[in-house]
Amino acid sequence: MAAVILEARGLSRAFGGLRAVDGVDLTLTEGEIHALIGPNGAGKTTLVSLLSGRLAPDQGTIRFAGEDITRLPAQTRVLRGIAYTFQITSIYAGLTVFDNLALALQRRHRRDLADAVTQAATRIGLAPYLQTEAGTLSYGHQRLLEIGMGLALSPRLLILDEPTQGLANAEIEDFLTLIRGLTGTTILLIEHNMEVVMALAQRITVLNMGRVLASGTPDAIRADRAVQDAYLGGGHAAD
Amino acid sequence: MGTGPLLLLASLEGLVMAAVLALAAVGLSLTFGVMRVVNVAHGEFYMLGAVLAWAVAQFVPSAPMGFVAALIFAPLAVGALAWLTDTALLKRLNYNPESTIVATIGLSYLLQQGALSFFGPDARAVQAPFELRLQFPWFGYSGYKLFVIAAALAVLAAVWWILSRSRAGLVMRATQVDRNTARAFGINVDRVYAGTFALGAGLAALAAVLIVPISQAHYLMGHDPLLLSFIVVIIGGLGSLRGTLIAALIIGLSDGILSMLYPPTLAKILATLVVALVLVFRPQGLFGAKA
Amino acid sequence: MRPALLHIGVLAALVAAGFLLPAYQHGMLARILVMAVFAMGYNLAFGYTGLLSLGHALHFCAGMMATGLAMRHGLAAGPALILGLAAGTATAMLTGLLALRTAGVSFMIVTLMFAQAFHLTLLYYGGFTGGDEGFPLPSAARRLFGLDLTQAGPRYAVALALFAAGLLAQWALVRSRFGRSMIAMRENEERSRMLGYNPFTTKLAALALSGLYSGAAGAAYGLLFGYVGASFGTSQYSILPLLYVLLGGAGTTLGPLLGAGLMAWLIDAASSLTDSPLAVIGITLIVLVLFAPKGILGTLREKGLKWLP
Repeated sequence: MAAVILEARGLSRAFGGLRAVDGVDLTLTEGEIHALIGPNGAGKTTLVSLLSGRLAPDQGTIRFAGEDITRLPAQTRVLRGIAYTFQITSIYAGLTVFDNLALALQRRHRRDLADAVTQAATRIGLAPYLQTEAGTLSYGHQRLLEIGMGLALSPRLLILDEPTQGLANAEIEDFLTLIRGLTGTTILLIEHNMEVVMALAQRITVLNMGRVLASGTPDAIRADRAVQDAYLGGGHAAD
Repeated sequence: MGTGPLLLLASLEGLVMAAVLALAAVGLSLTFGVMRVVNVAHGEFYMLGAVLAWAVAQFVPSAPMGFVAALIFAPLAVGALAWLTDTALLKRLNYNPESTIVATIGLSYLLQQGALSFFGPDARAVQAPFELRLQFPWFGYSGYKLFVIAAALAVLAAVWWILSRSRAGLVMRATQVDRNTARAFGINVDRVYAGTFALGAGLAALAAVLIVPISQAHYLMGHDPLLLSFIVVIIGGLGSLRGTLIAALIIGLSDGILSMLYPPTLAKILATLVVALVLVFRPQGLFGAKA
Repeated sequence: MRPALLHIGVLAALVAAGFLLPAYQHGMLARILVMAVFAMGYNLAFGYTGLLSLGHALHFCAGMMATGLAMRHGLAAGPALILGLAAGTATAMLTGLLALRTAGVSFMIVTLMFAQAFHLTLLYYGGFTGGDEGFPLPSAARRLFGLDLTQAGPRYAVALALFAAGLLAQWALVRSRFGRSMIAMRENEERSRMLGYNPFTTKLAALALSGLYSGAAGAAYGLLFGYVGASFGTSQYSILPLLYVLLGGAGTTLGPLLGAGLMAWLIDAASSLTDSPLAVIGITLIVLVLFAPKGILGTLREKGLKWLP
């Protein structure tokens, strides 16, 4: 049994009268790929915003690598090893691909920054575009850069918010290869594409109306009646 | 004079100040509320109103006639200039908040220079339309100043009616909430913006026409009203008409009373610091609802 | 390579100008160099970090006043100059601590108000500060490293030395890791936060550096031209560096110098038409914001000279 890296207990967050996240427990073990699924409005993005520190919870605690991080601001959590990639691509559109990656790498690579940037770019297939302004890249390349910046932080936990949204099939294949190639990084994946979820996830948590509906292995989730009724609609992928 | 009468006098002076301030500040508040434009040249529109009132008075021999002419002509002329500014300048900047501030700073320099060139560096007095001295038991008071209070109240009531009851006000409020939706409903947003900017500038000019028989016209006179309008608008909550009126009353009155007790520079220092701190710690204003 | 040559070339040309130009233009050029230092400071905040301040006159005038008042009370020029740098930095940090809780338009107004309050305070204590009329610095005290700053030659040399130090430091800074994180705040603050950068401390550090430059410029201005006054704290002195940076190109190392130089030339050229620079400043601001928001060097960089620093 691998060690627990992140443990959230009783997380809640309301917007006005709407309880977007309502008493959620979530445990991530070191090195696993954990998918977070659920219909639109289930509270997935709110939940990962609480985990990454972009939002503060109304109630509940978050422990990461044994320490309570509930009150830490987002940037401090990043330094502790939690990286977040945005659902809506958020890169430095006016800067070059080199600078985008360098901003993620420069804190840990003082002497060999240029090499580290080249390596990070090669990993996501953007090495030929180092001097290109990021905003002029194709949409697929921008998504890859977004993920690449998250990876470049060498996080212990990488939160991917709908990474394959809007990607073509070939690009999704590249993404799968990239994620499978990672070792030791825990991944929390929000994903609508059930093929991607089934291809990658070792465990799945299903969220509905801000609550955890079910949590378990892909097979267990597939077999879960409550999930089928609420979400999967008889075992088929739904959006 | 005893403390009571002195306080009454200070309150009257404060009321005059508050009335004029409310007019100018409502103009600034309107342009910010509807258009999200911070108009740094607002003080210069005010100054132009005063300068035009003086210019009109040179052409019309009788003081009451000149005053009435200025009351009509100055706001219209300044409003027309503001309309032109909106279509030729602000619209081309897409109402980007930072660009429009820089552009209106440029405009304010240009208008100051224009006034200096055509009007000269001297302060000019304008005669009041009527001389009437009301005798209180303790002191005499200018009837014209009381008229200014009444006139400002009347104009503010009219503005309030336009905003809350008329079709034009409805269109403005709709545009304020969401300009794209307003456009989808067939509202000519360009005209609403130009009209709002003209109305805001016209109100500043009107305030100046009212005040100029009391305080003279000068090409640099726009500084203080701009600052005070800023203060009123920010304390009152950006874009809130009710808050603006309350804040104008409080600041006008306290300014009138405080300036009798303390040096005006000290009062201004405190006022500017209060504005800065309100923006930092309570950006919705003292009277605005929490966003 | 090309950026290095460009910077060295510009500095060499300025040294040469010191030997070739007549005395009148010495004085004007020295003034331009000092104002360019002010504008470089402004550029660090606005051009590189994206903080549009309307209150930099505060830091310029604080630097000038600290140096001037210290010298008036008997301090030597060297230590007084250091005091000026400290004053510019300290005021920028203090106002930044509060103003950085806001952003955008609110940040502009808050900085404007702080500068206004500072200027009014100088007027209120006019007996001590000399108010708007200011006071001259004693000629005998205006000596730095044995140079007599009342003379045109040494004055130009000191202005150029300050400018050169400022330019090279700015160039090194914006190429550094910290410079990159400043630019990152301008480009996308939320992304920067999620890469582990603290927006508040990064922006505060940028403001402090910006205040250091502004204070240095103000202190040097007083020291070199022998006059100190609250009139340097009016809003016009907040607008001037913005104007220089917009004209030359925000976020370019040489934009501030180009902007300050061109503006001085423009006002000089227009002085036959009008006796006040106000109209020239106003028209330039409007034209820039309408037609060339990136300024001269920013537009050149966009149009192909990508290597421009």
